[in-house]
Amino acid sequence: MDPNEEQVEVNSLYKVFGKDPQTALTKLKRGDGRASLDANQTAAVIDASFQVRRGEIFVVMGLSGSGKSTLIRMLNGLVEPTDGWVNIGGEKITGIPERQLRTIRERKVSMVFQNFGLLPHRSVIDNVAYGLEIQKVSPAERRRRAGEVIEMVGLAGWEHSMPSELSGGMQQRVGIARALATDTEVLLMDEAFSALDPLIRREMQEQLLELQGRLGKTIIFITHDLNEAMFLGERIAVMRDGRIVQIGTPEKILTDPANDYVAQFVADVDRARVVTAGAVMEHARAVVQQGAGPRGALRVMRDDQTSAAFVVNRNRELLGAITDRDALHLVQSGVSTMTRFSPVASVAPGTVLADLVVPSIESPLPVVVTDDAGRLQGVVPRVTLLAALGGDSNGGTASAPKQERLSPSELDAILGSAPTKEAAL
Amino acid sequence: MIPALKIPIGDWAADAVSWIVANASGPFSALRQLFVWMYNGVDTILTLPPFWLLIALIAVAGLFARGILFAIGSVLGLGLIVAMDQWDNAMSTLALVLVAAFLAVLIAIPLGIAAAKSKIVSLIVKPVMDFLQTMPAFVYLVPALLLFRIGVAPGIIATIIFAIPPGVRLTELGIRGVNKEVVEAGTAFGASPWRLLRQIQLPLAMPSIMAGINQVIMLSLSMVVIAGLVGAGGLGADVVAALNRLDTALGVEAGLAVVILAVLLDRFTSAFGQRRGIYATLVARRVEKLPTVAVPADSLNQAA
Repeated sequence: MDPNEEQVEVNSLYKVFGKDPQTALTKLKRGDGRASLDANQTAAVIDASFQVRRGEIFVVMGLSGSGKSTLIRMLNGLVEPTDGWVNIGGEKITGIPERQLRTIRERKVSMVFQNFGLLPHRSVIDNVAYGLEIQKVSPAERRRRAGEVIEMVGLAGWEHSMPSELSGGMQQRVGIARALATDTEVLLMDEAFSALDPLIRREMQEQLLELQGRLGKTIIFITHDLNEAMFLGERIAVMRDGRIVQIGTPEKILTDPANDYVAQFVADVDRARVVTAGAVMEHARAVVQQGAGPRGALRVMRDDQTSAAFVVNRNRELLGAITDRDALHLVQSGVSTMTRFSPVASVAPGTVLADLVVPSIESPLPVVVTDDAGRLQGVVPRVTLLAALGGDSNGGTASAPKQERLSPSELDAILGSAPTKEAAL
Repeated sequence: MIPALKIPIGDWAADAVSWIVANASGPFSALRQLFVWMYNGVDTILTLPPFWLLIALIAVAGLFARGILFAIGSVLGLGLIVAMDQWDNAMSTLALVLVAAFLAVLIAIPLGIAAAKSKIVSLIVKPVMDFLQTMPAFVYLVPALLLFRIGVAPGIIATIIFAIPPGVRLTELGIRGVNKEVVEAGTAFGASPWRLLRQIQLPLAMPSIMAGINQVIMLSLSMVVIAGLVGAGGLGADVVAALNRLDTALGVEAGLAVVILAVLLDRFTSAFGQRRGIYATLVARRVEKLPTVAVPADSLNQAA
C-alpha cells in the first residue's frame, strides 16, 4: 500500500445543532459567522476540510467550544454531519445506513475517550476484547488477542482486575488496548490524556509515540493542550469557533502562524511563557521519607550517587532537602531522626518556565514541582530548564540534587558500620 | 355548582365501562381466567408443603441472601404468623402479591426501557404514571369489579395498575443515568442498540431497576390488602372483616401478619442488588480463585 495514501479525507464538513439546520447552513455557506444564527442553533463545525495520510498523527487543537469534539465524532458517525462528507480508506462513511456505519466502526475506526469509557462491570481483558466480541471473534481467539495487546500496553498481570481497581493512567491504557485490539486502521483519540496527571500524561504520550512507531496507525488526536499537540502531532489543525484556522507542522505553526489568533495562541507568548513546569519536569530520583532517618537518606544518596536528597513525609509532602554532609553529621552524632532541612525552591505544575529562571539560579538544587497539597510531583533541573527554553523539552538527564559529593567509600564505611537490611540479605 | 354547567366526566367513564361490560367483555373474561389460574397455581405451591417446611426453606434462602440474623428473624416472624393462625391467609396474600408484582414488573421494565430510549414515549408515559400513582387506590376497584367480577381478578388488576409506576420510573431513570461516555464507547465499537441495552445499559442500570422492583412489590402488598374489599381473600379479607365488625383483635393479628410479610419481602428484594449474605461470600471466593499473575511492586510503579 502507498504510504502517502490519504487514509482519512474530510471535505467541507458542517454540523449545526438545533432547529432548522438547513437555514443555518445556507447562512454559514454565505460566509456569515456563528453569531448570525438564531439563539437555538449552534454551529459546532463550519466548513472543515483536511486529509490525513496513512500512519500519520494528526492533532486537532482548540479550546473548549471550538468544535473539535464534534468534529472527531463525525469521523465515525457518532454525530451525523449536517453537510459535507468523510471518506475512510476510500470508503464514504457519511449518509450511509446505520447498519453499514456499524460495520465501519467495527472494522475501520476505533476510539479512545477522555474519561476512558470503560465498561465498569467487566474485567480488563473483557473490556479489551469488547470490540472483538462485537466482531464475533471466538472467545478463545479474542482472549488470546486481547492478552497480546494488554501485554503491549504494559498491563500484563492485570487482566482480571476491574477498571475501578486501576489508576487513571492504567485505565487509559486499557482504553488504548481496547482500541488497538480490533486492529482498525484509524484511531480516534478524544482528549485521551487530558484527564491524567501531568507526569503520567507525558509518559502516555511517549508510549503512544512508541506504539505508533511499531504499529503505524493513522491517528487523529484531539487536545486543548498546546504542549501535547506540539509533542505528538506531525501536523496540527488549530480550530476556533467551529472553523479550522490553520493546518501545518508544529514548527510551521510556531514560526509562521496563519492569523492573529494562532499567533496569539502559540507565539505572542513565547515558549518560556507557554511551556509549564509540569510539562518538562522529570521524576525526582533522590527522594527519601522522613521516617527513614539520616542513615536511610545517606543510603539513598549513595545508591543514586547524589550529594543531597529531597525529604518527604508519609503523604509525599515536601519537607526540604538534606545534604550528605548534614546526614553524615547526624549519623556520627548518633541522631536517628531528621528534623531540620535545607530549604528548596518549589513551584506549582502550572508555573511557566519564565518564572522558573530566578528560583533555578538562586537554588543550588533543582527546582521542585509540588501540587496544591505540597506533594512532590517532579523536579526541573537547570539543564532541563535550559533545554526546554531552547526548544527541546526532553533535553535534561540529571534529576537528582547536584553538589560535590562525598566519596562513595566514605559513605560505605558509615553505612556498613551497622547491620542493615541490605547486609542481612 | 350550577347543575347545567357540570361536565359529566364521571358519567362518561361510567358509560364507557358499562359499554365494555356489555359489548367487549371477552378479553376481560380471558384475563380473569388467566389471573385466577396464576393465583391458584402459586397459592397451591405455597400451601401444599407443611408450614414448617416452607419456613425452613425461606430461612435458608434468607441465609443466602442476607445472613444468619435475617434467617433467624424470618423464622421468628413467620412463626408468629402461624401462632396467630394467619398462615393460610398470609400465603393467599403472598400469592396475590407475587402474581400481581410479577405481572407489574413484566409491564414496567419494557415500558421503562422504551421511555428511556424515546423522548416521545417518555413524554406520554410520564403523565400517565402521575395519573396512576395519584388516583386514590380505592377508585380502581370500582371499574375493576365491574369488568372482572368479584374475586381475586379485580384485586390483581387494581394492584398491577397501582404498582407499575415506580417500576417504570426507576427503570427509565436507571437507564438514562448510565454514563454517556460508556454508552458512546459501546456505539463507537459498533455495538447495535440491542447489544448496548443488553451488555451496557441494563447491567449498569441494575441497582436502580432493582430498587424499582422492590417498590413494585411493596406497593403490591399495600394494595392487596385494599383488594380484600372486593373479595380478594387473604389477610385483606380479615382486615376488612375486622373493620366491619369493629374486631380489634382480628385487625391487629391480620395487620401484624401484613407487616411481617412486608418486612420480609422488602429485605429479600433489596438484597438482590447488593452483595451480602453467604451467596456473595461464595461468589467472592470464586473470583479470588481465578488465576492472576503476581505483580512485583516495582513493575507496578512503572505501569502507573
